[in-house]
Amino acid sequence: MIEIRNLNKSFPDKQVLKNISVDIKDGELFSVIGPSGIGKSTFIKCIIRLLKPESGEIVVDGQDIGRTSDEFKLARVRRSFGYLFQEGALFDSLTVLENVAFGLKYLTDIPKSGYAKIVREKLALVGLKDVENLKPAELSVGMKKRVSLARSIAAEPKYILYDEPTTGLDPVTTGMVKDLILDMRAKLNITTVVVTHDLNLALEISSRVAMLYGGEFVEVSEPAKFRRSENKGVKEFMEISHLSRK
Amino acid sequence: MKHRFTEYVGREFISLAETMGTAALMLKSVVFWLFRSRFEAGETAKQAVTIGVDSLIVTALTSFFTGMVLSLQTGISSKNLFNEPLYIGTMVAFSMVKELGPVLTSIVVAGRAGAVVTAEIGTMKVTEQIDALYTLGTNPTRYLLVPRYIAFMITLPLLTVFADFIGIIGGCLVGMVKLGIPSSVYFDDVFNFLKVSDFLHGFLKTFFFAFMIATVSCYKGLNTRGGAEGVGKATTEAVVTSMVLVMVLDYFISAALVAVGI
Repeated sequence: MIEIRNLNKSFPDKQVLKNISVDIKDGELFSVIGPSGIGKSTFIKCIIRLLKPESGEIVVDGQDIGRTSDEFKLARVRRSFGYLFQEGALFDSLTVLENVAFGLKYLTDIPKSGYAKIVREKLALVGLKDVENLKPAELSVGMKKRVSLARSIAAEPKYILYDEPTTGLDPVTTGMVKDLILDMRAKLNITTVVVTHDLNLALEISSRVAMLYGGEFVEVSEPAKFRRSENKGVKEFMEISHLSRK
Repeated sequence: MKHRFTEYVGREFISLAETMGTAALMLKSVVFWLFRSRFEAGETAKQAVTIGVDSLIVTALTSFFTGMVLSLQTGISSKNLFNEPLYIGTMVAFSMVKELGPVLTSIVVAGRAGAVVTAEIGTMKVTEQIDALYTLGTNPTRYLLVPRYIAFMITLPLLTVFADFIGIIGGCLVGMVKLGIPSSVYFDDVFNFLKVSDFLHGFLKTFFFAFMIATVSCYKGLNTRGGAEGVGKATTEAVVTSMVLVMVLDYFISAALVAVGI
């Protein structure tokens, strides 16, 4: 379980997160939506402590990593996480096999001889085969997302964080990524946090949706309830997204 | 006008203090991970090839022609003054071993390998690959910086020894062909006067240069902002800063080594 209490994060020009508090329960698919540049990526980067908040608690399975500077504690907690970056963030100089196997070396005690089998399994799980020896530059955008997802789940994390998983993708690939997120959760029972500006996606796949607006969660509820929210920010965002409130 | 100038100076001073502070924190992290993590042999070997082996040809060309032109100019000046080329081997060897070998090799490495390191780390920074390292259980300092520091510290001194040798050979070639000096005379001039301490003077400096180039290149890479344009800017800044600092450090380290008798 991830418990977030009074999280505050600022950049020199503005405060992005203001006193955010939320619990993300095990097995849940929790989505954070909001317009671009509102601080959604900042929120999940704080969860895994790629960014250090000014104040607040981030308790992951009982361990508070909100303000710690202990590199080893952070590394231990990060072992529970997979992270799908917006652009994939695959290592250019490594092949697909080396990219997917990368975390196995540092996050697990699996011997090197076992990497190839696991990589093939994870690639198959995201619908890819015979790409092990390709470099990221030889892959399409959709394939990069899939390889990145295979890399994120290779060490079998308990939690997975998706940063704008469908940004820049065509409708077909968007549908495919959506199915992948649901598949991963169903097959691996991973607690999932998705940040996206795609309200349609969030409402379709999530157990709960949170709307980040003005640095705060102005609405946190199940999709059906979310659609009927009377919050001004939610209503505006629904209208912009051309979504029905039913 | 006066107010604006004060503001400008103040801003620059704060920026310099921030840069020094961030660089110091990076160095602290490098030292921490150098002794606290398992040795990344594969990555270090890969960097040693990129920084050292790939710089061999350009280093050889630079030092060979530098040795040749030193020999030519010294020979001609000597002929004008004394009617014969005297102590050409000594002049070339001293110049190469104490100054030109270390300085030119460092400039070549800063321009070639330093640029590669900054561009590579900078690209990783702007494409979130550095963040990806954290999420995959690796500290970027441990995986990226420590192997590059080790590679710079090992390969630059070795490249310098190679450059010294090639430069002296280049000088010998011109001495034989253009100045009519037998190779035995040339090498007698080299070995009769050159002492181990002269070699050490140049050799020891390269460790400081290597440390400085690694620090500048990694720092600029890690602090890259703003996409492809930012990578280009960071790379240029890293190369220019390293080259200027090689010259500045050269004087102060030489003075310090002379003061302690090396």
